[in-house]
Order: sequence, then structure tokens, then C-alpha cells
Amino acid sequence: MSAAVASPLASNAALDVARVREDFPILSREVYNKPLVYLDSAASAQKPRVVIDAESRVYEEEYANVHRGVHYLSQVATDKFEATRKRIQTFLNAADENEIVFVRGGTEGINLVAQSWGRANLAEGDEILISELEHHANIVPWHLLAAERGLVVKGIPIHDDGQIDMEAYKGLLNERTKMVALTQMSNALGIITPASEMIALAHEAGAKVMLDGCQAVSHSTVDVQALDCDFYVFSGHKIYGPTGIGALYGKAELLDAMPPWQGGGEMIARVSLEKSTYKGVPHRFEAGTPAIAQAIALKSALDYVTDLGLDRIAEHEAMLLNYATERLMAMGGITIYGTNQAKASIVSFTMDGVHPHDIGTIVDRDGVAVRVGHHCAQPVMQRFDVAATVRASFAVYNTLEEVDALVASLQGVKEMFA
Amino acid sequence: MMDDLRDLYQEVILDHGKSPRNFRHPEDCNRMAEGDNPLCGDQLTVYVKMDRGGLVEDVAFEGRGCAISMASASMMTEMVQGRNEADARALFEKFHKLVTGGDADVNGADDEDLDKLIVLSGVREFPMRVKCATLAWHTMTAAMDGEETVTTE
Repeated sequence: MSAAVASPLASNAALDVARVREDFPILSREVYNKPLVYLDSAASAQKPRVVIDAESRVYEEEYANVHRGVHYLSQVATDKFEATRKRIQTFLNAADENEIVFVRGGTEGINLVAQSWGRANLAEGDEILISELEHHANIVPWHLLAAERGLVVKGIPIHDDGQIDMEAYKGLLNERTKMVALTQMSNALGIITPASEMIALAHEAGAKVMLDGCQAVSHSTVDVQALDCDFYVFSGHKIYGPTGIGALYGKAELLDAMPPWQGGGEMIARVSLEKSTYKGVPHRFEAGTPAIAQAIALKSALDYVTDLGLDRIAEHEAMLLNYATERLMAMGGITIYGTNQAKASIVSFTMDGVHPHDIGTIVDRDGVAVRVGHHCAQPVMQRFDVAATVRASFAVYNTLEEVDALVASLQGVKEMFA
Repeated sequence: MMDDLRDLYQEVILDHGKSPRNFRHPEDCNRMAEGDNPLCGDQLTVYVKMDRGGLVEDVAFEGRGCAISMASASMMTEMVQGRNEADARALFEKFHKLVTGGDADVNGADDEDLDKLIVLSGVREFPMRVKCATLAWHTMTAAMDGEETVTTE
């Protein structure tokens, strides 16, 4: 890239959000004749032009099934598909590209680990620790396994400020603990957990750690070797990539010893009517035709955030979060959940006397898209004794003016229910 | 404020939402069911006291939810009181059509019940909220059926 181009890469200046917004075609549309104010990126992020173009280019120019044919297009598609695997490896700083398994998303990745690693390694009475912050995707797969294998699932409590209770965590770890299933960043509150420290403690106790990176991955640089997590998952669609594609990272020695999960084409070495033998990792875990175009376009999404700079993205989002927090607190009658300083990009709140669902419907008519509900994290809602919250989540393309639009719309709600 | 929002959040709805009627647990109820809306996490319990002939002597509810679900539950308890079971079920059918737009006639119909419930018809313009409006009604019929839990999914 030429230095003469006014590229965001050209300096360490703050993010040029106006320019970033031009990359996202959907942001110029209106909703109910109002400009779209999209504050729901924690549910799914919008897509930049480079990702949209990359996905359509696959179908227009490079499409065939992967790992099958000897023909030209199959080779092109396979090379590009595998190039994304390599890109994910560098993006997460994994030691080897074979430690990256393509999955549909975080949910499938966790289910894969629970069903494959879990069935092979866990026995009756073994304990799994999950935090109160977890998304249902990092709870239910363990419940399913626990019911099948007679395992004990225990919750790691959080403090009133939404942060993990480390003393309680230390007290829960024991020689029966075999797995700690932990989010790196809470999808409901935005709290960033002390993952490194918790992983080290889990390892001292002899437990493995499944780190759910679905929220964290788009707000911070992830280094799975530095974290020393055993497994890591993320979904492409939350990092400006396509839906239907994500990645599971697993340490090589763990993946190598894990049995296949789903059976089918692509994952076998040899099949007769009597028996099958299986490929090595990661292909052993990738039965069937994958989301080819989506995987290829995911590389463009990872390149996009890397080019903008994850540190600068995080800085921009922190500015939005601080501003939103200040303005919401100034409104009065607002309760914010998750007040610990270690948080990113998400503000989860309730308004006195008004149910979040009503807030969601009303602000929607002002073009403001927020998530209302339990955020697929009912245990944390129970922890704070609320059925639901309003969640505004910020991404690289959001602006201070959009925070103002949210607050103005909330003022309208307040007046209506006064 | 846009017109369809005003239609949805009429004063009557806001009033029932804030001060729901029959928000209690009658000691002598003989039917009850719990209703869940998994979309938003709302939960409510409907209590019914029916005599052997199917007369609804008392109906009440407890729980938490949005203004729409609370108002709908509140109005339902007021209207079902003193009816027989078949009437109550027929009323739900009428109401269901009203909020889903399934029956074009309901607007102009000369019908005392619908005159009262018409305030909830604004939900039609908000398909995502129909479940909020019907949760209490589904739960009441489940209680009458002898089921213990119902979900809007």
C-alpha cells in the first residue's frame, strides 16, 4: 500500500470512522425513514464491502467443492479455503495451521469439544466449571454431556460488578475438575474475564480450558499461545465475516488424540462396508461439504480488522462505551449491569418502570437497533434478578452521534411511560 | 412519536401495564399454569378457579413482563371472570384474530368484548410482539386443559 494513500494504516491516528462507515453498504440505509443506528453488533456485525465482494467473487469466479476434484476450480477453491485456515492460525497466533478446525460457529466448536474430547476424556463424577457469565452455547453442550456421562457441572460465581469471583473460582478447582468452560468476554455484560490467570490456575489443578472468544475476538488481539488455552472458538459473523463459518482452535496434542465427531465424506482415510478409518486433524473433524465461500470470505474480514488495527478499533469502541455509559447514567433511572472496569464495547441496562422489550420496540421506530432480552445468558440475568436487559453494543463503525440518537430515543421512552 | 407506536402504547395499556388487575395468587384456585416467552425471558403464572360446570369463578396472574403482556393479562382476567370455560376459550380465539389481523371484520364488529380488547389491536403492526399479547391467554387455556407449562415457541 502506498504511503501517499490516506490509509488508516498510514499513521497511528485515531480511527477515521466516517471512512470506515463507507466500507459498510448497509449503514447508508434507512429504517422507518430514519437513518439506521445499528447497535447490535454483539449479536452479529455488519459486513464491509470487501467481505461481500469476496463471497460473491467465489461464486462468480472460483467456485467448486474443496478437497475433492482434480480439476482446476476445485484446486483454486481448495487453495483459497486452506488459505483462510492459515490466516486464522496467524490471526490467533496458533502454533500450527492444523490446530484450526473449520466449524459453523462458536456453538458448533464447543459442541465438538464436548462431544469428542469430552466423551473420550470424562467419566462419572468428573467436574466441569462454567462461569455465571456464559452464553448458553458454553453451558448447554456441557449439560448434555453431563447428563450422558454423570458429570457434575458447577458454576463460577461473579461479583456484583459482573467480574469473576476469583477466590470462589480457586475454591472450586480440585482434582476432579477436568474442564473450565469460560468466556473471554461476556456477551450480556461486556465484562472481560481474567482469562490468562484463570487458565493458569485451571492447569495447576489439571483441568483443560475451553475459551469462548466469540465476543472478544473482534475487540482485542488474541494470542492463543500466550493465553495457553486448550481450546478456543469464535464465529466469523461477529468479526464482520459471513455467517455459517467459524473456527475451533485446539492444541495439537489434544486434537490428535480426539476421536471423530460427525461422520461423512471428507473426514475419512478409507471406508469399507465393515469399517472406516479417519484422516488426521483437522480434516477428521470436518465431515461433509463446508461453508466454502463463507470460509474464503472470512479471510477478507480478518484482513480488514487487521488492516484497521485491532488496537485502534478497541480504542474507538472504548470511547463510545465511555460516552454511552456517561450519558446513560446522566439520564437517571437507568441501571447498568456489569460495572467492572475490565469491559469492552457493550452496555447492558434497564430503565426504571419500563420493560426492555417495550424499550426495544420503541427505539426501533427511531431506527435504533438494540438487543433486548436475556441475550442467551439466562444465568447472568438470574444473578442480577432481571428477566431481561437492553444491550447496546458498539463496533468499529459506530459514532458518538449514534450514542446521542440512542439516548434521545430513550428520553422519548421515558416520557411515554412517565 | 409515530402513530403506530401511539396505537400500541395507548393510555389504557400503559395503565394496565403499570397497575395490573388481579395480580395475585388466589389461595382457592384449582387450576394453574406457567407461561414462558423464551424470546424475552418473560414468565407468568395464571391461576383459575373453576366450578364443576366450568364456570370461571376467579382468574388471576403473577409474573413479570413487558407492558403489552402485563396489560393483556390484566384485561384478560377482568374479562374472563364469571364466564364459562367455552366462552373464555371463544374469547381467546376472537382476541387472537384481533391481534394477528386474522379477521378483517373485528374492527367494525358490534361486539362489547372486542370494544374493550381493541386497544391491543395495535400489536398487529408489530408481529414480534404478538407473543407478548397472547402469552397470558395461552397460559390460561393451558391451565384449563390441565397442562402445567406453556411456552410461546
